[in-house]
Amino acid sequence: MRIPLSWLREFAEVPAGATAEDVMADLVKVGFEEEDVHRPTDSLQGPIVVGQVLSLVKEPQTNGKTINWCQVRVVPEGKEQILTGKGIDPSGVQGIICGAHNFVEGDKVVVTLPGAVLPGDFRISARKTYGHLSAGMIASVRELGIGEDHDGILVLSRIGLDPEVGTDAMELLGLYDQAAEINVTPDRGYAFSIRGVAREYAHATGTTFTDPASKVQAPAELAGGYGVKLNDDAPIYGNPGCDRFVARTVRGVDATRPTPPWMVSRLRLAGIRSISLPVDISNYVMLELGQPTHCYDLDKLSGDIVVRRAAAGEKITTLDDKERTLDAEDLLITDDSGAIGIAGVMGGAATEVSDSTSNILVEAAHFDEVSIARSRRRHKLPSEASKRFERGVDWQVAGIAAQRVVDLLVELAGGTADETGTDVGTAPETVTIELPAGFAARRIGIDFTEEQIVTSLEDLGAVVVKNDGGWTVTAPSWRHDLETKEDLSEEIARLVGYDKIPATLPVAPPGRGLTRVQQQRRRLIQALADAGLTEVLSYPFVSKAANDTFGVAEAGAERSAVKLANPISEEQGFLRTSILPGLIEVAKRNHSRGFRDLALFESGLVFLPGETVGTASIPPLGVKPADEVLDALYDGVPAQPFHLAAVLTGHDSPAAAAHAPRAWDWADALDIARLAGDVLGVELVVSQGSHQAFHPGRAAKLSLRTGEAVGYAGELHPKLLAAADMPARSVALELNADALFEAAPDVIVARHISAFPVATQDVALVVPADVPADAVLAVLREGAGDLLEDVALFDVYAGKGIEEGKKSLAFGLRFRAADRTLTADEASAARESAVALAAERFGAVQR
Amino acid sequence: MTETLPGAAPNPTDEAAITAAVDQAITAIAGAATLDELKAVRLAHTGEKSPLSLANREIGRLPKEQKALAGKLMGASRGRVNKALAERTAELEAENDARILLEETVDVTAAPRRRRAGARHPLSTLQDRVADIFVGMGWEIAEGPEVESEWFNFDALNFKPDHPAREMQDTFFVEPPEAHLLMRTHTSPVQVRSMLERDVPIYVLCPGKVFRTDELDATHTPVFHQFEGLAIDRNLSMADLRGTLEHFARQMFGDEAQIRLRPNYFPFTEPSAELDIFHPGAKGGPQWIEWGGCGMVNPNVLRAAGIDPDVYSGFAFGMGIERTLMFRNEVGDMRDMIEGDVRFSEHFGMEI
Repeated sequence: MRIPLSWLREFAEVPAGATAEDVMADLVKVGFEEEDVHRPTDSLQGPIVVGQVLSLVKEPQTNGKTINWCQVRVVPEGKEQILTGKGIDPSGVQGIICGAHNFVEGDKVVVTLPGAVLPGDFRISARKTYGHLSAGMIASVRELGIGEDHDGILVLSRIGLDPEVGTDAMELLGLYDQAAEINVTPDRGYAFSIRGVAREYAHATGTTFTDPASKVQAPAELAGGYGVKLNDDAPIYGNPGCDRFVARTVRGVDATRPTPPWMVSRLRLAGIRSISLPVDISNYVMLELGQPTHCYDLDKLSGDIVVRRAAAGEKITTLDDKERTLDAEDLLITDDSGAIGIAGVMGGAATEVSDSTSNILVEAAHFDEVSIARSRRRHKLPSEASKRFERGVDWQVAGIAAQRVVDLLVELAGGTADETGTDVGTAPETVTIELPAGFAARRIGIDFTEEQIVTSLEDLGAVVVKNDGGWTVTAPSWRHDLETKEDLSEEIARLVGYDKIPATLPVAPPGRGLTRVQQQRRRLIQALADAGLTEVLSYPFVSKAANDTFGVAEAGAERSAVKLANPISEEQGFLRTSILPGLIEVAKRNHSRGFRDLALFESGLVFLPGETVGTASIPPLGVKPADEVLDALYDGVPAQPFHLAAVLTGHDSPAAAAHAPRAWDWADALDIARLAGDVLGVELVVSQGSHQAFHPGRAAKLSLRTGEAVGYAGELHPKLLAAADMPARSVALELNADALFEAAPDVIVARHISAFPVATQDVALVVPADVPADAVLAVLREGAGDLLEDVALFDVYAGKGIEEGKKSLAFGLRFRAADRTLTADEASAARESAVALAAERFGAVQR
Repeated sequence: MTETLPGAAPNPTDEAAITAAVDQAITAIAGAATLDELKAVRLAHTGEKSPLSLANREIGRLPKEQKALAGKLMGASRGRVNKALAERTAELEAENDARILLEETVDVTAAPRRRRAGARHPLSTLQDRVADIFVGMGWEIAEGPEVESEWFNFDALNFKPDHPAREMQDTFFVEPPEAHLLMRTHTSPVQVRSMLERDVPIYVLCPGKVFRTDELDATHTPVFHQFEGLAIDRNLSMADLRGTLEHFARQMFGDEAQIRLRPNYFPFTEPSAELDIFHPGAKGGPQWIEWGGCGMVNPNVLRAAGIDPDVYSGFAFGMGIERTLMFRNEVGDMRDMIEGDVRFSEHFGMEI
């Protein structure tokens, strides 16, 4: 909402020298955020004065144009030019070249004299042009920054002005005024008016406020006016779409009269373009009182006005000349011809006022917030009217606003008001709120005095009656947002000042600290960072193709995924089922920025919809839903496990003197995955994996001891890397970290540490090439029995000396007994039994 | 240098001759510059054929009464030479060791980085730090899903179905819209879940990702992070809210930190306030900076969670983590935080 200061001053005590910034600094205290300042003088400087064209000589030019060589009087005849400076003619008459042709000798115009500055830092000076010294400019509204019209210069008589020559044109056109723009929160519809903001300004500054509504003399009752019927047969939430409709008639108006400059100026500062006098008046009253009104051309109406819901498929052409198909829920203003307006949103084209209009029917109605909000959304028609109606307009002010429009039409457009009028509808029930004594103090923490409470509420316009335990408060008609004692507490605190609230620190009961999973998550992230990886973030929005590739192991399968109804880009219209697509994008971006050696990781949620998606309905607000309803809500939310993923490309370290960096390879991806398991105390079982996003021969599937698969690690598929423009041999891993957290041991039982000597034995086994080393290792462990303390693979060999199709695996076995020194024979026996089992399972032969 | 010195064996009773031989030996020992030279000197002056050895062997041939004297003389003399040898050997060995170490000198400034430290994303580090402050106050950290039921995100928080406040949130909805699922627009649904799942008193902090349909630019991103606090207890007031925020601000920004509350509107709090923090080190001079929103929990929110508003009251607050990082660490452009450029994370390392 933009507040022209001159307008605010009419109803509040704004200091003479106050700027828009000063006003905003006061309003912020009562809850209106500062948005902007609109001040013509920030880009406009005088001298800009009224001039009269004494003579005008048309001079055709060689380029085909004709220019006017004008003599313009800028000082009243007989008076002295008191301005001085380069280009100011002491005679009071300036010679000016002008290219426009919409004026004649004798016209009064706006002259920007040498020294003036126009918007866009356009500095006016005397300059030689077309063979003359042109000392100034005759200005158009666009050059002055007050309108779009650039068809010609501003001729003052056409906007109804005949000022004295030499008058300060900036003053005349209201250009010294300025507006403060504030943000109005959605609960405070009343503040979309000068009336509402002036009252708040008075609250903020402790000064007095004059209600603009009180300055209007509206008849207490209206009768005999235009026929209006309120026929809402389908109220929303039981609230009638229209509960008041005031109609007034003004005859014999001259709709072509110019809108006075003071009104144009205020509208412009408020952000509203001047259109025609009746429309400007309607807008002016809306800004002043917060009540939108509408002017119909009375002679275009046929029959009674009926406010009703639309028939499905009914059509209307709105003021913006667009034909709109209506919904059965739309509230309409109709006459015998059909729809003549979407109530509270936009009027119809057929009955709009035009230059030829002479009789006007003024509408000031009160509509239901929800109904207006839905129509506005449905037709995507945000208007100044709908903005106010959907936030709630004062029911009481309709008659006053209608009267104010009528008064202005009479005063400015030369009309005559009918004595009769229409006012139909039913006032909403008055709501009273019980405010127990002490309640506001307890809620806010300030020990309010009784006077503070009563005065604050009365200042708002509320009626406060003392009762046994506190007060009964009737909120003012413009404050629909005040419904509860909590609302009243806020108002009291707001008016007394939030800065008066003291600070006390409540003590929470002893907590449990971070949960196990929260600690595990931190440990995991920290471990990867400590291991040299860089944590990054990516968006969860991915394409369907990315989900189908990374979300399922088998090529060709489709991943069920969450689809967004309104994604930022249609191409990335799904939520991720894997972190890798986003992470690969981040890797690519870094690569393209010249970073070749990357080890990136990201952790976060992925989205895996189950069979139930959401709920068909949702419970109402303000009530705890039944358990089964809550369960349905919980069950409808897709599973969202916490994943960890990493992408590595390039080398493990920067190249340096005497240092050969090592290229990341598939084993690094696997190693990091295992590290993740290690820091959580979870053993990951590795097996040869097959996943369409990975190299078919260089991917490991990672599982828990229980067999539950928890992820993949290895080299990304070469074709995928090529398609993604990523370096060959880039590697990656992804783990369902939640599964690891759950598998982490609760209590680790200590192991006996034997101090007896170790006996080590090596063994080389020849096995078929396709037998996984890990499987042989497991068998050795099984076969060696309890004496085996540890076994490790230390060499893999195939080639000369080894039969084709076989490989040799060398293991180091470490034996130790808990209670004695092992003899060489005992260790050998254990080894032999391990080898024997390997021979039995895999046909392993000792080399 | 020769292995032996020429000449006949000196008489072991000839003190002058023996002393001369000893002096000669000591001079030679002192003159040896390397361990090799010293070895030659040792052979020449203490070897089988050295004058002192020869003289020593002569003792046997001396008359009995001279033997004792000669033995004493020769013993002392050879002792002096051996001592000198031992000392010189130690000296030269020390010199030698030092020289070898010197020769092994490297240019430490040319050392390669074989291991690189990784880095945390500062948003993640900051989120941990915020959580730690509240955990230190006895609060607990609560979490919830990012795709959420509309009821938890709006209705339970007292957003009326057709109220403009609902639209201000620029929500991502999930297909099909009839399923009433959305991406949470704030972490407040976690507050509702906490109230449903926990017993009063409740003191929880809910950090996490939230989503709005904003295009990415210098100050907006469709995905960002918040942390919201919720306290429900008997007799909580706005003063408790202020005290909590003040304490937190001081933990976060130092003892000088100040906060300011301004009236505002949120459907889920009444009264509601905008929270500003005074930032003495702000670019462009000390100033108040908008930090977040807060207020006393609206009774309808308590009712939705089955908590009796006549018995309990509560306060809630929420701040943006990106915004906090922007003014605390002077991050000028939102895009730096979300594009994943390694320079951004690596600049912070493990710290903020």
